[in-house]
Amino acid sequence: MWRFLLPTVLFAALVTFFAFGLHRDKETLPSPLIGKPAPIFTLPHVEDPSQTVSNAAFAGKPYVVNIWGSWCVGCRQEHQTLLEIARRNEVPIIGVNWKDDRAAALEWLQTLGNPYAQNAFDGEGRVAIDWGAYGAPETFLVDAHGTVIYKHIAPLTLDIWDREFLPLIGLNARSGAAQ
Amino acid sequence: MIIELGHFALILAFCLTLPQAFFGLVGAHLRRPHWMAVTNRAVAGQFVLTACAFGSLAYAFNQNDFSVLYVAQNSNSALPTFYRFAAVWGAHEGSLVLWMLVLSIWTLAVAAFSGSMPQAMTARVLGVLGLISAGFGLFILLTSSPFERLWPAAADGRDLNPLLQDPALAIHPPMLYTGYVGFSVPFAFAVAAMLEGKLDSAWARWVRPWTTVAWMFLTVGIALGSWWAYYELGWGGWWFWDSVENASFMPWLLGTALIHSLAATEKRGLFKSWTLLLSIAAFSLSLLGTFLVRSGIIESVHAFASDPGRGIFILVFLGVCVGGALLLYAWRAPLFRSNAGFAPVSRESFLLMNNVLLVVATTFILLATLYPVFLDVLGLRKISVGPKFFTATFLIPMLPLALLLGIGMHAAWKKATFEKTRAKLTAIFVGALAVGVVLPWVVYGWHSVLTTVGIVTALWIIASSLLEPIERLRKGHSLSAGVIGMCIAHFGFALFVLGATTVESYKHEMDISLRPGQSTQIAGYEIKMTGLRNVQGPNYDAVESEMVITRDGKAVATLHPQKRTYRVQTSAMTEAGIDAGWTRDLFVAMGEDLGDGAWSLRVQYKPLVRFIWLAALVIAFGGLIAICDRRYRQRITTDATEAVASDAKTA
Amino acid sequence: MIRKMFLTVLAALLCAQSAFGIDSAPAFADPAMQARYDSLIRELRCVQCRSQSIADSNVFLAADLRRQVREQMAAGKTDAEIMQYMTDRYGDYILYTPPVTARTLLLWAGPVLLLLIGAVAVGIVIVRKSRLPYIDPDDPDSKRADAPSEASAS
Repeated sequence: MWRFLLPTVLFAALVTFFAFGLHRDKETLPSPLIGKPAPIFTLPHVEDPSQTVSNAAFAGKPYVVNIWGSWCVGCRQEHQTLLEIARRNEVPIIGVNWKDDRAAALEWLQTLGNPYAQNAFDGEGRVAIDWGAYGAPETFLVDAHGTVIYKHIAPLTLDIWDREFLPLIGLNARSGAAQ
Repeated sequence: MIIELGHFALILAFCLTLPQAFFGLVGAHLRRPHWMAVTNRAVAGQFVLTACAFGSLAYAFNQNDFSVLYVAQNSNSALPTFYRFAAVWGAHEGSLVLWMLVLSIWTLAVAAFSGSMPQAMTARVLGVLGLISAGFGLFILLTSSPFERLWPAAADGRDLNPLLQDPALAIHPPMLYTGYVGFSVPFAFAVAAMLEGKLDSAWARWVRPWTTVAWMFLTVGIALGSWWAYYELGWGGWWFWDSVENASFMPWLLGTALIHSLAATEKRGLFKSWTLLLSIAAFSLSLLGTFLVRSGIIESVHAFASDPGRGIFILVFLGVCVGGALLLYAWRAPLFRSNAGFAPVSRESFLLMNNVLLVVATTFILLATLYPVFLDVLGLRKISVGPKFFTATFLIPMLPLALLLGIGMHAAWKKATFEKTRAKLTAIFVGALAVGVVLPWVVYGWHSVLTTVGIVTALWIIASSLLEPIERLRKGHSLSAGVIGMCIAHFGFALFVLGATTVESYKHEMDISLRPGQSTQIAGYEIKMTGLRNVQGPNYDAVESEMVITRDGKAVATLHPQKRTYRVQTSAMTEAGIDAGWTRDLFVAMGEDLGDGAWSLRVQYKPLVRFIWLAALVIAFGGLIAICDRRYRQRITTDATEAVASDAKTA
Repeated sequence: MIRKMFLTVLAALLCAQSAFGIDSAPAFADPAMQARYDSLIRELRCVQCRSQSIADSNVFLAADLRRQVREQMAAGKTDAEIMQYMTDRYGDYILYTPPVTARTLLLWAGPVLLLLIGAVAVGIVIVRKSRLPYIDPDDPDSKRADAPSEASAS
């Protein structure tokens, strides 16, 4: 007699599974880089192609890598946040300009402001692939030992910065900072 | 104003579903004919009102009324009239109104053609259908209303998604829905039988035509989607195992199993549990498909705008409908156990294997579709499952099924000895083996063992399905429509296997860049680009190239593939140039402008690809013939006892 | 929520621009290498567009990944090494065929298990049914139980 209840039980399990599945974030891909050493890159400067930028120069202290492009709508949204983080001067931001037009990128920085300590030009996209980027903007946090400890996808907000990034860096959210 | 009237009509239609359900189910339970009669009236009223609601939307689209939000989101003044009508079901909200309309038409049809059924059964079936309509009506009115106004009105609309501006794809949803929604009828019959506590051959005979018609439409709907993807998406693929495709294919597989299971139930009162569960499962998968596509739980190129809120509603509806039916099953199933038996080799055992293999295939697809979600919900790493995995696992149960089909068609009920057919079957198997190994080798060359297996199987089924009709006609015996339909449908299945195996084994694909004056070679054909020009369509601008195809110097065809840019949504689309033929398709699609007059192109040679869609038409046609069988047309007596008596005589 | 909408819009915008992705010429002169390249790029998912392989997608990430595959093949890497390179950066998601690990065990074993269960079920039912009489009072066919059985209409 009880075996007739089997379809019902299986179905109930399926529905429960779906209920949990409804709230999953299907867009974000977890990064396999978390917990691994950050890829070291050397790229030409966005402003001055004859000079090079490398994240090796920032080793020993935490830093942030931000992948962006002037073609990217979300980058414009997060620009204010980046400027604020740069103003606070807690952690340097290294920009990786992904598959962009140099002139457009320079104009962008001039018009909107430059939050980047250094800005690398990834014309061929190789470095972005090394960091597992699949959309822009993406923001990585690298700790003092050179390990990637956090990745944030989509525009950064101060709220996320204070909640997710700062605790990992070991600093507390500055109270009273303009949100 | 019209839109508000349409909205009101839908609200009234929803209101009518409630008495339809109540009087149908309770009236049947209490055996009150007057109550049950109310149901039929409610059904008619619901149909008229739903049609009015749908009509009001169509009118708004036709009049370019951009003060209606749904019209503004999905249409444009430059959109050709035909697509303005098709845009009614172009997005989530409108497609649900189409769903309700199709359901009300099915319900009306059941009410109209139920003359040979006892009133109580009809009332119960209509009652269950009323509950389903109520659920969908509530879903539309509460979460997905297309009747919202936009104020101030938009100057012009956002245009229909260019991908949908195509005749095949315009017709695809109505066909598909007629199939999907149609499976609610066997579901309702199953619930009605369980409520009544009676399931017999007469019941099976009533259900079969409805199931077959729904299944026919679903077959055509899926084939239209596949055909469209082939010529429109530019990659020349005809099946991608995309989640939404799977969502329509799984009900089809179970619908096929249901039709065959009904055969055993009708003939010998066997497999009643199977039939009940399959009826419930086929419709559940239809609802599940709706859930998967509209809730955002699964990523897919087809998915409608996703919204977890809507997802929860559908999930609850799914849970109530299917959970309720399954609980009913758990309660009533012991009643339906049959004490009849059959030999290990018999038509029944072949049908049993058929059921199991189809259910196994469906489960494989469900597992592979949902597994990435499963891992993600558990917080484990994200994976994805690609087409090759699906195809490989799908073939595992389907190959044995195809091989057994050739024999099973000729198995007798209760005990099959094959004494009359053994020699002939062996002969045609050997023939199929010989031709299947040699012919493709000669025509196309060797590919793989799997190719040979596929082609041999296809030829085997073709010959086997023609065996019985030919034999009978030779001896001067009559052939019932049921037998003819069965043979045609199986023949169609064989055509599909032949087409799919051949095209996937022997297709050629090439990426090349050409400028006017240059040519390339594929599969013995020479393709030369002779020109490039700009054209303007009603709502797009395009670059068109002229491709001349020759073989051994003789002209074969001239194609005009285009790369279009739709002005409103500024999206680019490629319109492939296809030279269609029964033996092969030649396919040229434009990729990117490389500058300097050069374009990148994808050129493909696809042998026997048309057989795939022809097969679907043949299969559907087989179904049509089968339901014309005389035993389904036993005519209409209003006296329930008389109907039962005549049923028993003709069983 | 915003993040999800943003990414969807971004993906849709980028994908809408692609008809489909094609190289402007065969990547390798050697047909064997070309065949290997064709099959490799059809095994990798376009992570930007999600529903296409990098063979079929024309967004810049797909083109860049195709270039990576070409360069690695030219450098003599094996298929396994190339796939490892991709999963090191993007995870198992980028593979069309999921790897066989503890997590995917149910997926790979599932078909085999289900077939076994199906076969056992069929066996049990057939054994049971073959022991029952082929006649049954409820069965409308029972009156004609003595008639010669021929393959009749289903």
